[in-house]
Amino acid sequence: MRKLNYSLVIASSVVLSCAAFLYSTPAAAQDSGQAASAQAAPAEAPPGSVPATRPPIPPGERYPEGTSHIGNLTGHTNGQDAGGDLYYRYCWGCHGARGDGNGENAPYVTPTPRNFVAAVFKCRSTPTGYLPTEEDIFDTLKRGIITSNMPSWATLSDQNRADLVAFIKTFSTRWETEKPGTPISIPPEPKVTLESIKHGKVLFTKLECWKCHGPQGRGDGPSASTLTDSNDQPIRPYNFYTGYRFKCGSTNRDLYKIFMTGVDGTPMPSFADVIKPEEAWDLVHYLRTLQIWHKSPELALWESTPEGKAYVQSEKVMNVETGSGIHP
Amino acid sequence: MKPLLMAGVATLAFSALAVAGPTPAGGTVSGKVTYEGTPAKMKPIDMSKEPSCAKMYSTPVLAETVVTGSGNSLENVVVYVSAGAPDDPAPSTAAVFNQKGCRYIPHVLAFQVNQELKIVNEDQTSHNIHPLPKLNREWNKSQPPGTPPISEKYDKAEIFPVKCNVHPWMHGNFAVLKNSHYAVTGDGGSFTLPNLPPGKYTITAWHESYGEQTQDVTISGSETKTVNFVFKAKPY
Repeated sequence: MRKLNYSLVIASSVVLSCAAFLYSTPAAAQDSGQAASAQAAPAEAPPGSVPATRPPIPPGERYPEGTSHIGNLTGHTNGQDAGGDLYYRYCWGCHGARGDGNGENAPYVTPTPRNFVAAVFKCRSTPTGYLPTEEDIFDTLKRGIITSNMPSWATLSDQNRADLVAFIKTFSTRWETEKPGTPISIPPEPKVTLESIKHGKVLFTKLECWKCHGPQGRGDGPSASTLTDSNDQPIRPYNFYTGYRFKCGSTNRDLYKIFMTGVDGTPMPSFADVIKPEEAWDLVHYLRTLQIWHKSPELALWESTPEGKAYVQSEKVMNVETGSGIHP
Repeated sequence: MKPLLMAGVATLAFSALAVAGPTPAGGTVSGKVTYEGTPAKMKPIDMSKEPSCAKMYSTPVLAETVVTGSGNSLENVVVYVSAGAPDDPAPSTAAVFNQKGCRYIPHVLAFQVNQELKIVNEDQTSHNIHPLPKLNREWNKSQPPGTPPISEKYDKAEIFPVKCNVHPWMHGNFAVLKNSHYAVTGDGGSFTLPNLPPGKYTITAWHESYGEQTQDVTISGSETKTVNFVFKAKPY
């Protein structure tokens, strides 16, 4: 009996020290995170105005319970390799042991990592100011966010990502007190026509998209250099000239969604109240023609006109096809 | 000056009524907000990137982070009852926040929890209205010229900045408050909080740059108590 006891003690101490080793880094990050936030927080901030963060979960303790429902998957926070374990393996380095976006890597990351305590999310299918749906976060995890340090987590399984969504939600009480917004309805995309593209161009001027995104959509408008995000960090407007993917997806539907929901936490507002759905599609069609290195039906149609052809020619550096012009 | 005078008249009328009638007596807290020290000089705003607004001014307008008046008075200070008064239901009138000449009018808008907030764009340019609350929902909406007012409300008490990202000099504040006992100091820095039933209250004065101060006051009957706030000016 005594022997058994000894072996139990040894076994458990081995487990404990292993656990201590595994978890030692989040604990260290907690201290540095605290120091950083103490420095960053302005002294005059009224008490109670910032949502409370919770301490990191000590090793061996259970994570807060929570679930997510994505399609027929149910995500969990507790369990072997479930949400909590995955978060403290892959995510806390940037998003912080407390989920406040103040991880060890955060000072080197721009735009700053998402703060799950504030629970303001960029990529949503819901109107501006509302929580995203669980699917929205799930999709963001899979896709990653271009022009940021958020990589694609396509290498994880769908179950892993569903578990992570469940765990991310436990950082903010907003998920208990508020409901995610109703996803905006997106009417079917009308056929691409020249009229549609031209009307989109009129809207681009009228809605003053160019003030930030620039007259050619290169992200160099007159206000571009002054933009800051909700963390008071400089942020660049999207440059349509490079690439074809957007922060929140790469399809025409995604593009429609971005300006009808806004990109919360950034200067990009929602235009849902000021343009009609059919006009929004016109704007989508026009914006595609600004992506002159991406062969799209919109660009092909635009290039078939003398005006469009001249524009694309003048925008392409030296009028020479380069490698980036070759991808499908 | 005129609204202040009217407020004074209203207070007088109310206290006279309270003395005469059986209605519960209402006390008043009034006072003045001043600063000591030398406030930073406000910089002129360069609106040259927005000609439609720039042409509305013959001389450049100054930033409104700190607005002072004669006798060291401090404007744009929200003075409100932060403790001691019960929460009030939202009034049916809307609080109006106007964008005119690429400035926010008023610079500091105080209104109640769940009160309608109406945001108007009188300019010939697009603005985006981006309030930055921590407790309430953070939304960001575009408002091109000629579009109808935006109607919103906030369900949690909080004071937070609001900005327009397109015009970085546009900066204002929303004060969402729990009860109807509040005032924002104007020219002269004085304020009046009427209709306070007898009791012990905490009065808070908030300024966007100089922070906040509180004072406790006890009201009995229909008396008028004087509470003055003195903020220390930041030299930068």
